Amino acid sequence: MGFLGSLGRHILKFIQALGFSSVFLFQALLTKPRLKSFHLLLKQFYVVGVLSLPIIIFAGFFVGMVLGLQGYTVLVKYGAESALGQMIALTLVRELGPVLGGLLFAGRACSALTAEIALLKTTEQLDSLRLLGVDPLHRVIAPRLWAGFFCLPMLVLIFNAVAIYGGYWISVDWLGIDGGSFWSSMQSSVDFRQDIINGVIKSIVFAIAVTWIAVYQGYVASPTSEGIGYATTRTVVYSSLVILALDFILTAVMFTGLK
Amino acid sequence: MPQNSITEPKVSMRDIHFSRGNRVIFDGVNVDIYPGKITAIMGPSGTGKTTLLRLMTGLLKPDSGDIFVNGENIKDYSEAQLNHMRRGMGMLFQSGALFTDMSVFDNVAFALREHTDLPESMIHDVVLMKLEAVGLRGARDLMPRELSGGMNRRVALARSIALDPDIILYDEPFAGQDPITMGMLVKLIRLLNDTLGLTSVIVSHDISETSEIADYIYLLSDGKVVAQGTSEEMRASTSAHADQFMHGKADGPVPFHYAAPDYYQDLMRINEE
Ligand SMILES: Nc1ncnc2c1ncn2[C@@H]1O[C@H](COP(=O)(O)OP(=O)(O)OP(=O)(O)O)[C@@H](O)[C@H]1O
Ligand SMILES: [Mg+2]
Repeated sequence: MGFLGSLGRHILKFIQALGFSSVFLFQALLTKPRLKSFHLLLKQFYVVGVLSLPIIIFAGFFVGMVLGLQGYTVLVKYGAESALGQMIALTLVRELGPVLGGLLFAGRACSALTAEIALLKTTEQLDSLRLLGVDPLHRVIAPRLWAGFFCLPMLVLIFNAVAIYGGYWISVDWLGIDGGSFWSSMQSSVDFRQDIINGVIKSIVFAIAVTWIAVYQGYVASPTSEGIGYATTRTVVYSSLVILALDFILTAVMFTGLK
Repeated sequence: MPQNSITEPKVSMRDIHFSRGNRVIFDGVNVDIYPGKITAIMGPSGTGKTTLLRLMTGLLKPDSGDIFVNGENIKDYSEAQLNHMRRGMGMLFQSGALFTDMSVFDNVAFALREHTDLPESMIHDVVLMKLEAVGLRGARDLMPRELSGGMNRRVALARSIALDPDIILYDEPFAGQDPITMGMLVKLIRLLNDTLGLTSVIVSHDISETSEIADYIYLLSDGKVVAQGTSEEMRASTSAHADQFMHGKADGPVPFHYAAPDYYQDLMRINEE
């Protein structure tokens, strides 16, 4: 009984939070855009997107190189090392790009978003905005949401491109695979609609989920220094788990039954 | 009610009840703020003075009771309506709450840029006028982190009067100010109130400054208004609360200590286990 009771309470709390955060999301997004606020959006593109670039490029390059090394040791047993390009590209475009890109984004950009919004709340800056007749959902939350929605898919594309280059470098310059067959195996097997578009859809879904989590956790954080820390931790944990769970669901829907 | 009964109050709070968790903050509070007057809200630390200002501006909603601003009940206002109403109100937060990513100048210019289509040259002049009024025209290019606590709050004051509101709420305007600035702020508050016909609400612990400029004083304690009147009435009041607070006595109806066990027993750990 005690267990069931507390389970029930947790489920109720979860549904309530889902309701609140949905209202929050729509209130923030359903506003008519104003030319005056365009610079706010640009600033967030810089903070969320450009500042995440170094970690995405660095990680992408190493992931691509590891894929090259690992793939080679398996494929060479079957004399299929010329399919290395295909293996690297498909793994990245379908899975690793969106998932790893999303996880890195959660750790780098989402945690920063939560901490920043929670700090604005703690220092009463959100209330100051209200007192000056400005809705913080429009001024603070909306540009951050849009920036997150757009930047993560872009970052994933960049991650994939860099990783493929890293894989190419290992395979061709290190392991001595023929460069022509590396590219041609990739070109003949990667399908634009099936693979690339589905990968981009994944990254868009992840972007919406993790950015939403990040700004909401910041907005409802309890306004103390402790609260900021908790909220930031929650953002990283929730968004990482949500990425992995959503990835399973999307993969099941998109890729089962493929050759 | 008390003062000039012909004019309508600018802000009127009727039978306000408000709790935080199990803790009752207000238990039936009535407060009227009359136009053109300086009304002071006083009371011991932690009684809910800041909370009262937040209720007046719609940042918090009471559990029950009505709040009228300019005669309109704000109970069912949407966030957009509240934001519109707040453009006519200025509030100086206890912490200042300046926007940390903007310079002093941009902080003060914020509301003007947001709500008016004034050309930048005009905004420049208005901002310098407001900063001059608080003695910080020379600090316009500093960032909030480069300001002292007292300067921070003076910039916040300049920001809250940028749109020329007709109600200003000051949460502890004198805290952390040196005597010279304090005197200047007292003059400024009085000047703003009298020349622009503003309505002011001051939350403060500084009895001498406050009773010098306040037209009417409310004393809050234990979730209720325990005394109210002009400063002369309050000083002369025979009410135990007013007497204790206005003359700063440690003994009286308001305990200095938070509820605690007997000091001697606590020190000797007599009641532990
Ligand atoms: N966010 C909050 N959550 C829970 N309780 C709160 C919160 N904010 C304030 N309180 C409680 O409400 C009470 C009133 O707080 P408030 O800030 O209004 O006091 P105050 O009269 O302004 O005090 P001071 O003179 O020290 O500024 C306090 O006892 C405080 O413990
Ligand atoms: Mg206070």
